Amino acid sequence: MSFEIHVEKRLGDRHIALNHASDSRLIALFGPSGAGKSSILNMVAGATLFDSTDGTDVPPEHRHVGYIFQDARLFPHKRVRANLLYGHDLTRQDQRWLTLEEICAFLGIAHLLERWPQNLSGGEAQRVAIGRALLAAPRLLLMVEPLSSLDAARREEILAVIERIRDELRVPIVYVTHDRSEIERLDGELVKVEA
Amino acid sequence: MLTQAEWAVILLSLKVSLVAVGFTLPIAFGLAWLLARARFHGKLLLDAFVHLPLVIPPVVTGWLLLIAFGRTGPVGRFLEATLGLTLMFRWTGAALAAAVMALPLMVRAMRLSIEAVDIRLEQAARTLGASPLRAFLTITLPLSLPGIVAGAVLGFARSIGEFGATISFVSNIPGETQTLPLAIYAALQIPGGGAAVTRLALVSVMLSLVALIASELIVRRRRDARTYHVL
Repeated sequence: MSFEIHVEKRLGDRHIALNHASDSRLIALFGPSGAGKSSILNMVAGATLFDSTDGTDVPPEHRHVGYIFQDARLFPHKRVRANLLYGHDLTRQDQRWLTLEEICAFLGIAHLLERWPQNLSGGEAQRVAIGRALLAAPRLLLMVEPLSSLDAARREEILAVIERIRDELRVPIVYVTHDRSEIERLDGELVKVEA
Repeated sequence: MLTQAEWAVILLSLKVSLVAVGFTLPIAFGLAWLLARARFHGKLLLDAFVHLPLVIPPVVTGWLLLIAFGRTGPVGRFLEATLGLTLMFRWTGAALAAAVMALPLMVRAMRLSIEAVDIRLEQAARTLGASPLRAFLTITLPLSLPGIVAGAVLGFARSIGEFGATISFVSNIPGETQTLPLAIYAALQIPGGGAAVTRLALVSVMLSLVALIASELIVRRRRDARTYHVL
């Protein structure tokens, strides 16, 4: 399991670049606000996500890069089941490697399937968001401060889920955080992003 | 209670307003989307232009329609030649006048409802494999639907009440262009028309009230309706 990231762009007079090859399953981008962490992730996930002038021509829907946001960003007009299946249904059959049943068992969310996103706790919503991303058969997962809106107990729960994604599902993860202890806990390879 | 002629007026009003709203709906939605989400030069100008019928005297709007869509007007001549469609002094012209007057209100309601949809939800949909069109159709459109319906109902209510642009563009012809407000105006000119005025005015108030309440109820059905209340 290894991955290589080569991205760069010019933002005004600033130049943001990351060239990194790694054998670890989880690399963590670490650095102060404004250092360009989000820009790097957006370049990986797809130019049109936040800035259409990034100069890449592969739209996000063709990248198979799963994105776990700070907030779960579940679709409020769809039940948990429909949220989970959103990306799954858009993925070609031969590229799928998880079923709804498998992901429900893996994340322990089977009892939430008929609920609306508004009625989920923060930890439940984040687990559903992770399940939704995994069901779209990503080749890489990006996680941007996925714990920041959770209390201590829920953080522990999601950290355990991330470890199991890393070890059992073996999906490479790029993780962004301000919190060094999360990186140590996840045994991530630290990549410092400096302004 | 209502005479046969008065029923005809009401039915004509409903027909004119329904056609006006049906015709305007896709245009208003396209404009609302452009104003809410697109970035282009001249957006402010388009915004101002869309809102123009709201602020210029309706009589002027009617006069402009007359110039453009009249028998000798550029658009009017074109429509007559190609589609055999005459708007001047016809109920179709009344529908056009109502449509133009309802457009700004419809665009406003729809624009607010599109803006209220978190664009980051569309971005999430994109990372899950949705094309821009699919993300729009499955996320933004359903989430802004209450605002779209509310805009349509509001446009309908506005069309029912349309007077100035209609009378200057298609005149006040009983059975053809005489909608509710025009019939009330005509009744006011006749000595002893007070009873008819009262009846028609009541109908007009009722129709508008029902439309407004319906529009507000539709918006309230959405749990997180915050920004686009009609009332």
